Amino acid sequence: MGGQRVVVAGASLGGLRAAEGLRAAGFAGEIVVVGDEPHLPYNRPPLSKEALAGDVPFSSLEFRRRKSVDDVVWRLGTPVAEASLTTREVVLADGSVLAFDGLVVATGLRVRRLTLPAPEGGRHAVRTLEDAAALRADLRPGARVVVIGAGFIGCEVAATAVGLGCQVAVVAPEEVPMQRPLGLEVGGAMRRRHEAHGVRLHLGRLPAHVEPAQTDGTRVGAVVLDDGARLPADVVVEALGCVPNTDFLASTPLDIGDGVRTDGWLRALDVDGVARPDVVAVGDVARFPNALVDDVPRRVEHWSIPTDTARRAAPALVAGLSGGELDPAPFAPVPSFWSDQYGQRLQSFGSLGIADSVRLLEGDLDAEFVAGYEREGVLVGAVGVGLMPALLALRGQIAASLQPS
Amino acid sequence: MKVVVDRDKCADHGQCVFAAPEVFQLDPDGKLVYEAGELDEGLRDRVEEAADVCPLQAITVED
Repeated sequence: MGGQRVVVAGASLGGLRAAEGLRAAGFAGEIVVVGDEPHLPYNRPPLSKEALAGDVPFSSLEFRRRKSVDDVVWRLGTPVAEASLTTREVVLADGSVLAFDGLVVATGLRVRRLTLPAPEGGRHAVRTLEDAAALRADLRPGARVVVIGAGFIGCEVAATAVGLGCQVAVVAPEEVPMQRPLGLEVGGAMRRRHEAHGVRLHLGRLPAHVEPAQTDGTRVGAVVLDDGARLPADVVVEALGCVPNTDFLASTPLDIGDGVRTDGWLRALDVDGVARPDVVAVGDVARFPNALVDDVPRRVEHWSIPTDTARRAAPALVAGLSGGELDPAPFAPVPSFWSDQYGQRLQSFGSLGIADSVRLLEGDLDAEFVAGYEREGVLVGAVGVGLMPALLALRGQIAASLQPS
Repeated sequence: MKVVVDRDKCADHGQCVFAAPEVFQLDPDGKLVYEAGELDEGLRDRVEEAADVCPLQAITVED
């Protein structure tokens, strides 16, 4: 395999872990990692939390890289514009062409933006270092901030902005913050937490239009909601979720309906459901089945996923390139996520989405607590704020009750 | 081989505890404690894993 080349499209956590995984799996050929951002892989979660708050410098976020990837070629600042699986080549945005034997799709996501007409000034999204630095500069004490979206990023930005002395409103169509991942009970508790910190929540609402500032028409001035409420705004944060970066695969036969659909080894599937031996997808751009949950392929936007998927995908790609064997064990990573808001951490283990009931196991939902998510009386997930030792103790039980199918 | 945890970054997530329980533990208050002395080379894979999965990237592996 010494003469082979793997191109890794995407230079964030998934791309880094894929490169490390290829070396760990014995791939001795050339690895070229191509990324659209000018930076080496860096850690994104602090961009809506510690780094946005100014508690850690943006310059400290670069990932530790294993020595095994010292010889990797980094092509940064230029995304892959197009890939052909017929000629096995990628074309970068600067026009250069790279041939490959194997391709790792690690291109991640890009933020969804408001489709309403609105001035550019004062509008922000948070995905990259530059995004976060620009938002940080606008989060001055007293600034009126309207966050659109009450998912993790929206809630974290709201909490961070409160901590910086801003006046914060959140607008979202859901009944409670983080409703989809957490459900109504725990989401309701998070709603009360935000309200207790002075955030005005406009839930069940959508923005109808954005008014420019009266003093400066290039900047936002107010967000008007679908019920007519007018929220004055110096800053608008668009936390509307993300879409997969798969446009460069549009002319390939791959199934890119919502990210790259894969099998349990992260091998990309074509539209007929046939796995490619030479293409894998990792991270939140991959739509993969988790045997711990069911056989439905899903994209998962958790921080642990790039590492989990890259560890699985890299040996599978090496096997595909060398005619080797695939790991017969099922792919069954334990889902896990966290969110920091108001100096406290919400932590989750397991598969909350398959639960049919939620039960308070310990503590008080409005202070520190552990909530159990059960399916037919069996614990399949848990969420806690504080009480980490009690929560961590449940992780093994959850993993055991979620048997690989 | 030794590990060093940057206490300014560490937020006691405990992911390292799952990766390398021989080296990292949480005390009853949920605070990280770890083995700061010289570590057996046989632990390298798990220690590297612990450093990889640290959400705050607070763990350094020193040779």
